[in-house]
Amino acid sequence: MNAQLQPTGSAYFIARETQSAEKHTLSILVDNEPGVLARVIGLFSGRGYNIDSLTVSETEHEAHLSRITIVTRGTPHVLEQIRHQLERIVPVHRVNDLTVIARAMGQERPLERELALVKVRGEGNERVEALRLADAFHAKVSDATTEHFIFEITGKTAKIDQFIAIMQPLGLIEVCRTGVAAMNRGPQGMEA
Amino acid sequence: MSNAANETGRREMTGAEMVVQALKDNGVEHIFGYPGGAVLPIYDELFQQEDIQHVLVRHEQGAGHAAEGYARSTGKAGVLLVTSGPGATNAVTPLQDALMDSIPLVCISGQVPTTLIGSDAFQECDTVGITRPCTKHNWLVKDVNDLSRIIHEAFHVATTGRPGPVVVDIPKDVQFARGIYTPPQQAPRPSYNPKVQGDMEAIRQAVALMAGAKRPIIYSGGGVVNSGPEASHLLRELVELTGFPITSTLMGLGAYPASGRHWVGMLGMHGTYEANMAMHDCDVMVCLGARFDDRITGRLDAFSPNSKKIHVDIDPSSLNKNVRADIAIRGDVGRVLEDMVRLWRATAKADKAALRPWWETIDRWRARDSLAYKNSDDVIMPQYAIQRLYELTRDRDTYITTEVGQHQMWAAQHYGFEKPNRWMTSGGLGTMGYGLPAALGVQIAHPGALVIDIAGDASVQMTMQEMSTAVQYEAPIKIFILNNQYMGMVRQWQQLLHGNRLSHSYTEAMPDFVLMAKAFGAHGIRCEKPGELDDAIREMIDVRKPVLFDCRVANLANCFPMIPSGKAHNEMLLPDEATDEAVANAIDAKGRELV
Repeated sequence: MNAQLQPTGSAYFIARETQSAEKHTLSILVDNEPGVLARVIGLFSGRGYNIDSLTVSETEHEAHLSRITIVTRGTPHVLEQIRHQLERIVPVHRVNDLTVIARAMGQERPLERELALVKVRGEGNERVEALRLADAFHAKVSDATTEHFIFEITGKTAKIDQFIAIMQPLGLIEVCRTGVAAMNRGPQGMEA
Repeated sequence: MSNAANETGRREMTGAEMVVQALKDNGVEHIFGYPGGAVLPIYDELFQQEDIQHVLVRHEQGAGHAAEGYARSTGKAGVLLVTSGPGATNAVTPLQDALMDSIPLVCISGQVPTTLIGSDAFQECDTVGITRPCTKHNWLVKDVNDLSRIIHEAFHVATTGRPGPVVVDIPKDVQFARGIYTPPQQAPRPSYNPKVQGDMEAIRQAVALMAGAKRPIIYSGGGVVNSGPEASHLLRELVELTGFPITSTLMGLGAYPASGRHWVGMLGMHGTYEANMAMHDCDVMVCLGARFDDRITGRLDAFSPNSKKIHVDIDPSSLNKNVRADIAIRGDVGRVLEDMVRLWRATAKADKAALRPWWETIDRWRARDSLAYKNSDDVIMPQYAIQRLYELTRDRDTYITTEVGQHQMWAAQHYGFEKPNRWMTSGGLGTMGYGLPAALGVQIAHPGALVIDIAGDASVQMTMQEMSTAVQYEAPIKIFILNNQYMGMVRQWQQLLHGNRLSHSYTEAMPDFVLMAKAFGAHGIRCEKPGELDDAIREMIDVRKPVLFDCRVANLANCFPMIPSGKAHNEMLLPDEATDEAVANAIDAKGRELV
């Protein structure tokens, strides 16, 4: 029985990838100290792993803990490697693959939300249309003049993508998005 | 030196005093370094004490490799002290080398004052940024009251779990500032807690699998050496109990003695025929403290296709990285071996007679005599030189370091190691110029021992300046240069892969090593004839000075056996089969891309 896994860029043989890549969301609990984010990102870039989105902020002030949420893509084998490599970093307490945990609970994916600020030039009919669509998407108006709106919208990534796409022909000026904040459903926290 | 102490050992002192005190409290007796503006306060403190001996090198890379040699030969952390800017950047190569080979190294570097950081000050560089990927962890100390805690943590991180290099970057104003020194604590940080005890259930399964094996093999690596001398003892005990054949990687040589009954030689790209064949045809492979590196496995999809693999490693990211392990055991290999030996004694009723057919097969492979070479009366063959060196030094406790290339492979093949921590070589990174300063580090740690650096003519020129350090500290290291006037390994690959177009692999303007030795104040020897070799080696050993030994060997000898690039680990090129045609056809287009 052939015991080989993906040759991860082995010097001797570059075989074709047999597993398919999946998108996973990782939640990383780290000590909030200078350089820890650079260390985590350096691992991704140094090893050639992909970062689709990233958010980071303090979660427990007294314990000086921060939570980094990264959406990454890879085969299950590569994702396993990413998780172990991250756990090896000294200030990292714990790495949870939220997608794997969600699937273990019978769900397709964890709870994920993003926020976007969308600036749209609004005059005449397009202005009315933009407002109506914003309403349909439950987006708030955070700034407005007679010439523009800034919409604030939260939701799943797909919803935000759709909203931006719809605003495109209606005078979209600029977009600023946060990364994905994610958490598993249910009462369990990220056990340290 | 410091102010009034109180009972808990907390005292007020300057940052520089703290560095020296922290080194002492962590058991440091020697450090290797080079002064500079950003570390003058620390050097001032070193001058005013005698407990720690500082060895002044001639290049910070030499300090790093010397610290590595020191660490590998003693099991303690090696310590180097460098200044900011170029001092720190010169230490990057040894840091990456230590990371690849899992050597515990603590590098203290100076930094410009905190107020000047980021202003492109004189000799400023982003040390922490540059060394982040090449260290296990690093720190920039901004507050003198954190300094002692950080240094203690640095030693802890470097020496526990999978050992590795760390950097503590200390700005000059922090070195001058006064603060409170705290002695080493027990529990440093909750996020870093390496697991050393293996899972008993997995170990039980592994022992059961081993007991039923018909064609087993033990594949040991550098992890056994890193775990400590006890791990090597337990490994030998396990081999005795089980009767299994054992092979080792380059980094693990010496954990099991080369003279042992069950030794089948080193495995891998330049390993013996019997070792590679046994790995390919085995039914149970026990990997202890090794990481299935590409030099060992050859083509991964043809690696040992019919065996069950047990993998013991302290680093969980090594498990299932290149090769799927049927039983993966995370833990310190020494502790796991302890459990394995105990379980084997208690439960396994292995029938050593059942292994006889397997041993007979191995003996048939041994009969190929894959390390054989055609000797000559006119020119010294490099393999012969190593063999004579081995015969004339095996009666004493000899430490061998090497540079990188063909000579390194021949040394691994033809020099027998009976104990761990006697073999210092750059495996993972393959740093030419490693051996000479590493030999210096070993000699400083073991002043009475015989320390020999087996070198090549190209490699030895990379860190030659450290001969001056050897003379200064009366460290009688012996630099045994296998001089074939080429970068041998590069030339071999150019012959195999690039139509023998020898692009820049010839040593032009070869220096006269005998004269060079004299210039340093060392002793020089040249030998060109096989008949004179023994006497020359004896001269080298007896002279109580550092020696440059220019041993002229056959220029175009190739290193076999060899697993060509892109081939499986049972498709070796052997010396008798390595005709020019076979060699030319050995590598196809796919393999050509890879090295």
